[in-house]
Amino acid sequence: MNTVPSSTYFSAPPEWGWLIVFYFFFGGLAGGTYFLAVLIDLFGRAEDRPLARLGYYIAFPCVVLSGLLLTLDLGRPLRLWHMLIESNTWRPMFKLWSPMSVGSWALLIFGIFSLISFLGALVEDDRLEWPAGRRVRPPGVLSGLIGVIGGLFGFYVAGYTGVLLAVTNRPIWSDTPLLGMLFVVSAASISAALMILLAQRSRWTMPGVLALHRMDAWVVALEFVVLIAVMISLGPVFRAWLSAWGLLLFFGVIVVGMLLPLWLYWRKQSGDLNLTTEAALVLVGGFILRLVIVFSAQGV
Amino acid sequence: MAEPMGFYTDTTVCIGCKACEVACKEWNQLPSTNGGLNTLSGDSYDNTRRLDGIHWRHVKFIEQFTDDRKDGRWLLMSDVCKHCVNAPCLEVCPTGAIIRTEFDTVVIQSDTCNGCRDCIAACPFGVIEVNPASGTAQKCTLCYDRLQGGMEPACSKACPTQSIQFGTIRDLRNRAQKRVEQLHQTGEKRAYLYGADEKMLGGLNSFYLLVDKPEVYGLPPDPKMPTRNLKSGSWFSVFGALAVGLMGIINFRNRGAGEHDQEERR
Ligand code: SF4
Ligand code: SF4
Repeated sequence: MNTVPSSTYFSAPPEWGWLIVFYFFFGGLAGGTYFLAVLIDLFGRAEDRPLARLGYYIAFPCVVLSGLLLTLDLGRPLRLWHMLIESNTWRPMFKLWSPMSVGSWALLIFGIFSLISFLGALVEDDRLEWPAGRRVRPPGVLSGLIGVIGGLFGFYVAGYTGVLLAVTNRPIWSDTPLLGMLFVVSAASISAALMILLAQRSRWTMPGVLALHRMDAWVVALEFVVLIAVMISLGPVFRAWLSAWGLLLFFGVIVVGMLLPLWLYWRKQSGDLNLTTEAALVLVGGFILRLVIVFSAQGV
Repeated sequence: MAEPMGFYTDTTVCIGCKACEVACKEWNQLPSTNGGLNTLSGDSYDNTRRLDGIHWRHVKFIEQFTDDRKDGRWLLMSDVCKHCVNAPCLEVCPTGAIIRTEFDTVVIQSDTCNGCRDCIAACPFGVIEVNPASGTAQKCTLCYDRLQGGMEPACSKACPTQSIQFGTIRDLRNRAQKRVEQLHQTGEKRAYLYGADEKMLGGLNSFYLLVDKPEVYGLPPDPKMPTRNLKSGSWFSVFGALAVGLMGIINFRNRGAGEHDQEERR
């Protein structure tokens, strides 16, 4: 106890467990798929539009699931609304400097946007009768506006959890400022992976899938660089990962979730099987990444 | 606002009797662990182990003995919430449950807290935990209810050696400074005050007189505010999003010839 790598070693673990790991995963998917769908809508071609709709179809259920997981994790779930309304004054509760406070609002607003886009996608697919819903889909000013604002909130939902962990006094979490960046990039990689996986299941062959696939390889490479940067920025606290958690991080995230898919990608064998394997590996790696980060900091 | 109030704990006169722990539990009606069926901690005379939702005072027993046990000393310290002037727990709490009182102390309002546990991760001293009875985060209130009634906190009232002293911060700092000088004169040169000035989190309204490094007592040498990472963390996230966005735009905009080759092969 006489020498510790950081003053963060004297705080207590908040006991954020599996519910939070799953929340980080599905929250990342919600924000990431929406963000990608908006990119495809804005910069892709008209024939890629089904791919964007797929993104909206994933985002909304994921954000609902996220809200549910977060609520269940509270010590007093029925007081969820205390995050939004001050319970004794009925005024809005908002703290710009507390990521959990801003994040609660962001989740709510993002939820509304993802619902609108979800309904818009249903209308465009002729699965829902809602004349105004057409205007939510491109082309058009309204659809662009919804996409840009919703996409920004999606980015926030995907990344704020990493910043939230940094704005504490726990070892690892608060010993690097890079977790938010890691979560943002990882949200993009797992979201692209899930979209590829589902697009392949539906046997879509539009060129957008290939573009998404190539982008995912770039993003996974970036994620690898960011993860290494996280490790370096930890400094002496990196010692905490010289443990079983570190092994899991190395094999589960770096080897299985990053290097293997990148290697498969660069072998450039076309064919459905390959895209699926890579995407599945990236998803597994993204899940283990969150698991290691949540649990390893609490065992210290 | 009334004058800032707090604790000054002189660890050199603590005898480890745990009267403070008991008085705290009695006044605040906190349950015992395991319904009273305690297990031995294996750590000296400690049996409550740490501060948590049902232990708002905790006496630490630190044995410093040579291997042959011919020479040594006990360090005893009654730990409690530090009632930080810039309180990390208060800073992050998303429900506004944690407030600063008119006595400049930090109190969690149990009827507002929803048990999100952000404050637990934020407190640099590991003070807060969930009380299973309420499902909310709880810690020392510096006996807010007693203070409002003009009484002193239960623990300092019960302390038989004046190791825990209660009073105005100004008064306590004077007293503590005199005690440090006295100890220095009598040869205990290691004595110093922990958290008695603004340098540490704006000042700890519950500060300590120690005779060894803070780490030895399980105290952080350099506690910091959680928001130190807010700006940098947010900017890095924005860079991350920009990089990802750029990758998306490039890949969806310029689908090069390579792509079409591949498509044809398929
Ligand atoms: S010691 Fe911890 S619980 Fe007490 S005021 Fe400071 S941060 Fe809050
Ligand atoms: S657990 Fe309660 S007191 Fe602690 S941050 Fe959450 S709402 Fe605030």
